[in-house]
Amino acid sequence: MPLFLNEEQTMLRDAAQQFVAEAAPVSHMRGLRDAGDATGFSRDLWKQFADMGFTGILIPEADGGLGLGHVEAGVVLEEVGRNLSPSPFLTTAVAAVEALKGSALAQRWYPGILAGETVAALAIDERAKHGNAVAMKAERSGNGFKLTGTKQFVTHGHAADLLLVAARTAGSPEDDAGVTLFAVAKDAAGLTADPQRLADASLAARMTFDGVEIDADAVIGEIDGGRAVLARLLAAGRTGVAAEMLGVGGGAMDMTVGYLKERKQFGVPIGSFQALQHRAAHLYAEMEVARAAVLKAQQLLDAGDAQASEAVNVAKAMAGLASTLAVQEGVQMHGGIGMTDEYDIGFYMKRARVLAEMFGDANFHADQFARANGY
Amino acid sequence: MSELDTFRAQTRAWLEENVPHSMRQPVRGEGDANWGGRKADYSKNPDQKLYMDRMASRGWTVPDWPTEYGGGGLSPAEAKILREEMGRIKARNPLNSFGISMLGPALLKYGTEEQKLEHLPKIARGEIRWCQGYSEPNAGSDLAGLQTSAVPDGDDYIVNGQKVWTSYADKADWIFCLVRTSKESKQGGISFLLFDMDSPGVSTKPILLISGYSPFCETFFDNVRVPKKNRIHEENKGWDVAKYLLGHEREMISGMGLAGPGGNPLIEGAIATIGLNDRGELADPLLRGQLALFEVRSKAFRAMSERFIDELKAGRAHPAQPSMMKYYGTELNKSRHELVMASGGSDALEWESERSNHGAAPRAWLRTKANSIEGGTSEVQLNIIAKRILELPGA
Repeated sequence: MPLFLNEEQTMLRDAAQQFVAEAAPVSHMRGLRDAGDATGFSRDLWKQFADMGFTGILIPEADGGLGLGHVEAGVVLEEVGRNLSPSPFLTTAVAAVEALKGSALAQRWYPGILAGETVAALAIDERAKHGNAVAMKAERSGNGFKLTGTKQFVTHGHAADLLLVAARTAGSPEDDAGVTLFAVAKDAAGLTADPQRLADASLAARMTFDGVEIDADAVIGEIDGGRAVLARLLAAGRTGVAAEMLGVGGGAMDMTVGYLKERKQFGVPIGSFQALQHRAAHLYAEMEVARAAVLKAQQLLDAGDAQASEAVNVAKAMAGLASTLAVQEGVQMHGGIGMTDEYDIGFYMKRARVLAEMFGDANFHADQFARANGY
Repeated sequence: MSELDTFRAQTRAWLEENVPHSMRQPVRGEGDANWGGRKADYSKNPDQKLYMDRMASRGWTVPDWPTEYGGGGLSPAEAKILREEMGRIKARNPLNSFGISMLGPALLKYGTEEQKLEHLPKIARGEIRWCQGYSEPNAGSDLAGLQTSAVPDGDDYIVNGQKVWTSYADKADWIFCLVRTSKESKQGGISFLLFDMDSPGVSTKPILLISGYSPFCETFFDNVRVPKKNRIHEENKGWDVAKYLLGHEREMISGMGLAGPGGNPLIEGAIATIGLNDRGELADPLLRGQLALFEVRSKAFRAMSERFIDELKAGRAHPAQPSMMKYYGTELNKSRHELVMASGGSDALEWESERSNHGAAPRAWLRTKANSIEGGTSEVQLNIIAKRILELPGA
């Protein structure tokens, strides 16, 4: 399979490009922020994502979805990134859909996701830095389990209908075995969400589970064998974030290159100065390499290839490095106006920082890569 | 089974049977690679010749060239499968050749049928080793400022002047050379000539480099007689050929950022010198982090190379994209060798000992410093990206 978008994927990209730019441009995000919006995204927009068929991209055709793959999901996510569109697409239609795939719970949650009514959030992180440890306790209780502990950086956690929660049914925090993944409905007793506004104006909750009672049928996959499901969820999530970062970095780069052509100093466009040309050209190279790494990971995930896991580490790390460079160079090359709230480039810097941290930063993924390669 | 699956199975079987075992390991230094040509000495390693001849018999030294010119006539998908299957058994490149990587593509595009039939099959079989006469003492990054002259004399040109940084000129059989046929126009007064390095009036002088090796020469032309029929493309249109060929040179150099097939000498070397701690991590945590972040970039660039080749074969690559590849690949390769040196510590400083394979690591490290200079400096590549891809205004 060649490492570029095929004809159908290119058509999807064109449709997504047009739709997202019209329905949720940067001004949409700015409007929600200025209004102090408490949801973190527009439910109308989520409906429109469903009308476009986007929420069913990764849902099998037999379940009413489009039965497409991570390349296609990434095409949409890149446009979400480029427009800084607040959307539960990544957590719901990508990560949650992948986690539920093939389980008995898919039938319960897929219809709402397909309809653009259900929103899912991922309660994975327990510390400020993403890691592999899972400490939250899930104790046997009656016919089910009782969850106790805290989670943080749960994007859409306060607004979600469905929470995917990683908890420990056996062993100690670092163990691979003994993790179980649960699908928890939002109204569970003992569950509180404390939404926090982040630097990029998005909302992520700190969540407290105070003896939350869960039925046994809320278990996704095997009890104590949740790592496999979690790995699938995270592979999808990480690859998805990487694609979104391509959009954020690419959007910042395009905006910056455009500015270099317009802005005049000393009577000439500043883009004619070699010092700035070289910075821009270097950035272009980094973004191109990141794009290739992300597409590679998407294709390998779609093919079920054994190399996918390493490729996902590379994609998330490389997209993080390149998009971080893009937003830094973006603000620097915009000069003073880049520091103003009125100008959009600062939004790109904030969003890139949040995405760089999500599901592990570049150092985390480089560390995982090294470990997998025996050093 | 699809046609491609069949091709893969047949290719795998043929390679298993025909690639000598000594050719299934990484090349150990520049002296261990096969460059072919009239002056090649196979007495130390006859497998090099055997392997090259077997591959050439199928056209697989140049898998995607047309069969009538000695190529394999493979489709892009088949060529990719061949690369993958060679990588699977760690088969090395059967023939390193500027004829293949640079002149060949230019001949295919600009050569006459007679010129193609004369030169391409000999390139494919490794019979003639080529060198490139581009840079001059006063024409480096400003290549079009070259002054070596070619004055018409009947059916010939008389060539006078000097080239520099001519790779392996002392080992090459023929040269493809940029000469000035008109002073009316800078870029529009250049022609592209081919001639035999044994022609009277050609002499070479190796340049000793910081690596202790002399891969480059000064090359002198004193009234060298070159038949006009050896000119590629029209007179004074040689710059078109030169630019086209430089794109291919950049593709070739950009491949340097990639680790070879099988194994990872950088990481293996670091583990051998530094060791692992009880958690299985390289015992030097800062170096481990640097290596891991480097490897992330290196793997990402491997994907970029695959994407670039796929886009190139499909005619979808931006024409200036080779500049990006050349820039990134060469800078990455320099980083790789800095890390080799940092991982090797004082072991990697030995210059002559047997245990250091005569200073292979430090000499290779020094050699890579030229990567971002030769074939257009990194700064020239960034200029090209800025102007042609980002379309930023000229100064």
